[in-house]
Amino acid sequence: MSLFSIKGMHAGYGARNVLHGIDLDVEERQIQVVLGANGAGKTTLLRAISGTIAREGTILFDGARIDRLSARKIVAAGVAHVPQGRGTFADLTVDENIRLGAYLRTGAEARQDRERWLTFFPRLRERLSQQAGSLSGGEQQMLAITRALMLRPRLLLLDEPSLGLAPIITQGLFKTLAAIREETGMTMLIVEQSANLALDVADSGVVLESGEIVLRDSAQNLAGNDEVRRIYLGYE
Amino acid sequence: MNLFASQIIDGLADGAIYASLALALVFSYRSTGIVNFAQGEMAMLSAYLVWQLMAWGMPLVPAALVSIVISFIAGALLYATIVKPLSHASLLTVVSVLIGLYLALNSLAGFLWTYTIKALPSLFPKAHLQFGSFTVSAETVGIIAVVGIVLLLLYLLFETTKVGLAMRGAASTPDSAILVGVSVPVMLLIGWGIAAALGALSGILVAPRVFLNPTMMFGVIIYAFAAATLGGFDSVVGAVVGGLLVGVVENLVGTYIPWIGPDLKIIVALVLIFGTLLIKPDGLFGRKKVVRL
Amino acid sequence: MSLVVKPKLPVAIRVAVTAVLAVIFLYVIPFVVPSYLVSQFATVLAFAIAIVGINLVTGFGGAITLGHAAFVALGAYTTAILVVRYGWNPYATIPVSAALSWIAGWCLGFPALRLQGLYLALGTLVLSITVPPILKRFDGFTGGVQGLNVGNPEAPAFLPLDDSQWIYFVCLVIAAALYVVARRILSGPLRRALIAARDNQLVGAVMGVDRATLTTATFAMSSLYAGVAGSLYAMIVGFVSPDTFNVMMSLSLFVGAVVGGITSLNGAIIGAMFIQFVPIWASDIDVSLGGLVFGGALIITLVVIPAGIGGLGERVFLWLCTRLGWVEGAGPVRAEAEAMGSAQNEPA
Repeated sequence: MSLFSIKGMHAGYGARNVLHGIDLDVEERQIQVVLGANGAGKTTLLRAISGTIAREGTILFDGARIDRLSARKIVAAGVAHVPQGRGTFADLTVDENIRLGAYLRTGAEARQDRERWLTFFPRLRERLSQQAGSLSGGEQQMLAITRALMLRPRLLLLDEPSLGLAPIITQGLFKTLAAIREETGMTMLIVEQSANLALDVADSGVVLESGEIVLRDSAQNLAGNDEVRRIYLGYE
Repeated sequence: MNLFASQIIDGLADGAIYASLALALVFSYRSTGIVNFAQGEMAMLSAYLVWQLMAWGMPLVPAALVSIVISFIAGALLYATIVKPLSHASLLTVVSVLIGLYLALNSLAGFLWTYTIKALPSLFPKAHLQFGSFTVSAETVGIIAVVGIVLLLLYLLFETTKVGLAMRGAASTPDSAILVGVSVPVMLLIGWGIAAALGALSGILVAPRVFLNPTMMFGVIIYAFAAATLGGFDSVVGAVVGGLLVGVVENLVGTYIPWIGPDLKIIVALVLIFGTLLIKPDGLFGRKKVVRL
Repeated sequence: MSLVVKPKLPVAIRVAVTAVLAVIFLYVIPFVVPSYLVSQFATVLAFAIAIVGINLVTGFGGAITLGHAAFVALGAYTTAILVVRYGWNPYATIPVSAALSWIAGWCLGFPALRLQGLYLALGTLVLSITVPPILKRFDGFTGGVQGLNVGNPEAPAFLPLDDSQWIYFVCLVIAAALYVVARRILSGPLRRALIAARDNQLVGAVMGVDRATLTTATFAMSSLYAGVAGSLYAMIVGFVSPDTFNVMMSLSLFVGAVVGGITSLNGAIIGAMFIQFVPIWASDIDVSLGGLVFGGALIITLVVIPAGIGGLGERVFLWLCTRLGWVEGAGPVRAEAEAMGSAQNEPA
């Protein structure tokens, strides 16, 4: 059975429906990527999963329904969401951001985790006492991910981690994510617009168009798919 | 020179009171973006509550502590029942409701305790302390000490505890606070509670100086507004520095500029507010606000 | 999305409504109502003028002012000082009050150029708190705590009116004139510009609305209204003293504007009656009841009828017109989105 599974999910903002019946499964220890153009509903999908907007349908996580839970309860259940634009606490220090990530956990355990994650993101260790708002875009993204990891989630939702980053930085980021998966077996669902780098590290992927999933395949096949190549990878 | 020094010390004591009320304003502003126009009236009711508890036979210090605790609860209730439901209302609605509350609370005090002034004893002895060549009253020193201790406690709360960190996170970026599992409404509730408790402290400290009456906080809230504006409405440090500055300036102006004198020194607040808003709208310590169109 | 309809009443109805209003304002209030109430109605008219000013700046300009008593004080003291110290004819002081308040409005509205609404509310509130001490401090000029005795203007000998009836009619004429001016301001392209600037700064900017200048101009205009109200107030009461123009008066005017309907010019008269009569009735029961009633009324109005009593009345009237088919031919047009939701339309 999949770690995470969505059946017939509808979601939107007020009267405007954005997602029209999404079915999606994510296997444990997998990295799944969601591709799609602007406005396809990628961000809405993650928000619906993490409970920050209203949604309908069934969401199963580790065998239990989480579609009726509040955003806080979903976080507590082990689903961490790194929102688009990173959402770091700009006027808190880097260290405080990380500590706040462990808000739901007890001290000693969290301190160990903090050390562990900082080995993946050594840049952050140098900037622990700096204000998060003063970091570069790439560092903020690292911080947002570290903060989410501090929850020790079983499923990590990442919304466009590459947004506003130079390709070289994005590449490093995805490599780190792959390394984290290797070491911890963490499941990830990554929404991306710049697909090639994401597909490099992903196991499987889906393509979202106008709020519906129009294609699902292994990452390898998607990267080889002409349609995907043309639209999302920029090859002619 | 002695006069000058003692004016500064007195100014700091007044400033400490302004600072605690300004901090109350800042706490509610930071968490919910609302200037609580009724903050002064809430503080006034807290001071009356001390008087009432004493009339029922409770000693001063326990009465003050009980009043501060009840004020905390009242502030939290205010958030839960009035402010939170208004979180998506227009500015006009929010301002109107708080003004309505201000008028109602003011009348409530008159209704419950009449408009004749009452004396609330000071927390501090009537003694004077000698420091080398000049003397300060124990009250002045006491006020500065009490507010100083409260500020230290607040600092420890916000800088060293998990709840304090969560409160800062909730005020800074509520959307992200939810995503790390912080209950934002609970944090804001605590924030409004602390604000009311700080207000209560300012009311209890100022009441012995101005006597209890329903309009006793008018002269304090206006300086607290000035302090918060000067420091920057979203800055905790700003509120404290602003409060002390306003207290000192007010005292010096009242003493050394006879044209203004004690009667007109309230104009200091007006000048400071309009001056700050014109020259540096975000205040000395405030974050620059980016107006998003 | 609300629809704005332009009501078009049959001539007979128009005549009837005008006649009823005329009878009420020209006969019932001045001649039937007990004499002591007539000057209170004159005060109502003065307050209504100030409230129309608040409607302009807060309802349509979107800038919340909690300090209009400061401008009322300016107008009242201008009249009082010119009459008492310089022997002016009281009526001649009205234009001076208007001009001074307008200028003061420009100067103080200047911060509004750069500030968000909350700070303007704060600044005006503080301004209002500082007015009585300032008036007391310059006692050589203002008479200090004792105030100044302006005296009530006497009715011209050739008219069969007593003094309070006379001042009532003076107020009525000026109030009506200023009401028409406000209507004019709010019926032209300026109305759309104001609403655009208030509701959506981006749209306003795209439309070429200079929001800052517009807000300041509106603030100045509303100060002028308050200043004229102050002149009239000084003549009605015949006496000015600093503590009359305290923060309570500012907040009362604000309460009147909200209860009457913040975007309802017609509601101004209802709001003015509310703040004139309700505290008198309430204080018969208990001195502290006035504030409780004010505060309660403010909150209840916003919860139950956000458009205010006047706004509600206008809506009912429009609904009736639509039901009865008394609507201008072109059919419904889409309305500008209005925060307080009231539609401005001719009641008669």
